[in-house]
Amino acid sequence: MFKQKNYLALGAVVFVAVVLLSLPTRATARLKLAVASWFLPLFGLANAGQQLPADLADSVLPRRELLQQIDTLRRENQQLKSQAVQGAAIARENDQLRALWNWQKQAPWKLKLANVVMRDPANWWRTVQIDLGSRDGIQTNQPVLTADGLIGRVSTVGYVSSQVVLIGDPNCHVSALVENATHDMGVLTASGPLDTSLVQLSYLASSANLKAGQNVLTSGLGGIFPKGIPIGKIVDAESIEYGLATEARVKLNASLGALEQVWVLFK
Amino acid sequence: MNLFKPALILSFAFLAVFGEATLSAPRHLLGAQIDLLPALMVYAALNADIVTLSLLAGLGGMWFDSLSANPLGVTILPLMAAGFPIYLRRGLILRAAPFAQLVLGAAASALVPALTVLLLLNGGKQPLIGWGSLWQWIVMTAGGAAATPVIFSLAEWSGHALGYQLRTENSFRPDREIHRSRKKL
Repeated sequence: MFKQKNYLALGAVVFVAVVLLSLPTRATARLKLAVASWFLPLFGLANAGQQLPADLADSVLPRRELLQQIDTLRRENQQLKSQAVQGAAIARENDQLRALWNWQKQAPWKLKLANVVMRDPANWWRTVQIDLGSRDGIQTNQPVLTADGLIGRVSTVGYVSSQVVLIGDPNCHVSALVENATHDMGVLTASGPLDTSLVQLSYLASSANLKAGQNVLTSGLGGIFPKGIPIGKIVDAESIEYGLATEARVKLNASLGALEQVWVLFK
Repeated sequence: MNLFKPALILSFAFLAVFGEATLSAPRHLLGAQIDLLPALMVYAALNADIVTLSLLAGLGGMWFDSLSANPLGVTILPLMAAGFPIYLRRGLILRAAPFAQLVLGAAASALVPALTVLLLLNGGKQPLIGWGSLWQWIVMTAGGAAATPVIFSLAEWSGHALGYQLRTENSFRPDREIHRSRKKL
């Protein structure tokens, strides 16, 4: 009787696991979001806990330092304003030239700031959760970036949070081009499990003319990432498949290990 | 039925999964996140009943998978595979000995990620694995092993602090009291 109870319990656990694993993808995604929502109160508490020391530090900052900061911010603001005016003029000129050549107008990027609330607890995936969801207009496959460059795309959307799959994860492929004379194109694929700052640039032509330090940008192919978002810099390249193709290592501009705030790009 | 122990174990599991998702210090320092669920499975297998063990495998696995890119439910089977054999043989294990806890924690912490990755590969998923994964596996095994005696001590302390105390038996029995008195003749 005692043994029978044990094996009944084992059978029940196996049954639940098999049922969960064989559910349709959509149902699993919904169930996953529902289970993940149990953690939302804890994330709120954790955020408040992280914010508290910063608030305390702000409240005891000396007046002189605050005035210095205001002065620096004013200067930066003026600089940025002049750059924005210059940028607007360049954009107008670009639009006029595009109209002359009957090219489609480039839509300006709309960005929304999000906080990174957690990382994937499993070591074999590279994802993070952000605190924006469908209530904020987030949809799957929206590009996510920092001020330094692209970091990934939205993979799953919940009501108040979303999962972002980062560059270097096997589920995040990015079509990229190298900023050189030949504009060599390749695909950013999975990297090693330990170093989050390096990714592989694969499917490059054998004639690719790559040098260390060359910039890597999104190519705009594939329809997910707009063209021209900075990704990183070439570290080194090697000829593979008996000289039929080239593969390069790219050092990412953004630090994936220290993400706190990110921008979600709306097209 | 005293629900204190199951509630305590499940609360530990919930907090452990939350901690793994939010604390990135082990990842920065050691290159891998340490999973505490296998160590908790060892504790539950040695100190709780089969229902608690099954609940821990089911709920703990689901919580872990819900915050991860794993398919939901994939961690349940490896957790049960680590805990169930220990539960069946717990009468033969010196559960109070820290060395036994350490060895069982290491075995469970090594088995669970390996089985999970195998299940993922078997299901057609492509997890991020390479030579660096070997280092991550070693870190997870060592971290899980070190965490197991700590979890045992913590659970014991929590049990004493928050749970029911054992009623100490008094050797005095009124029915066996010897009445000494002078017989009145």
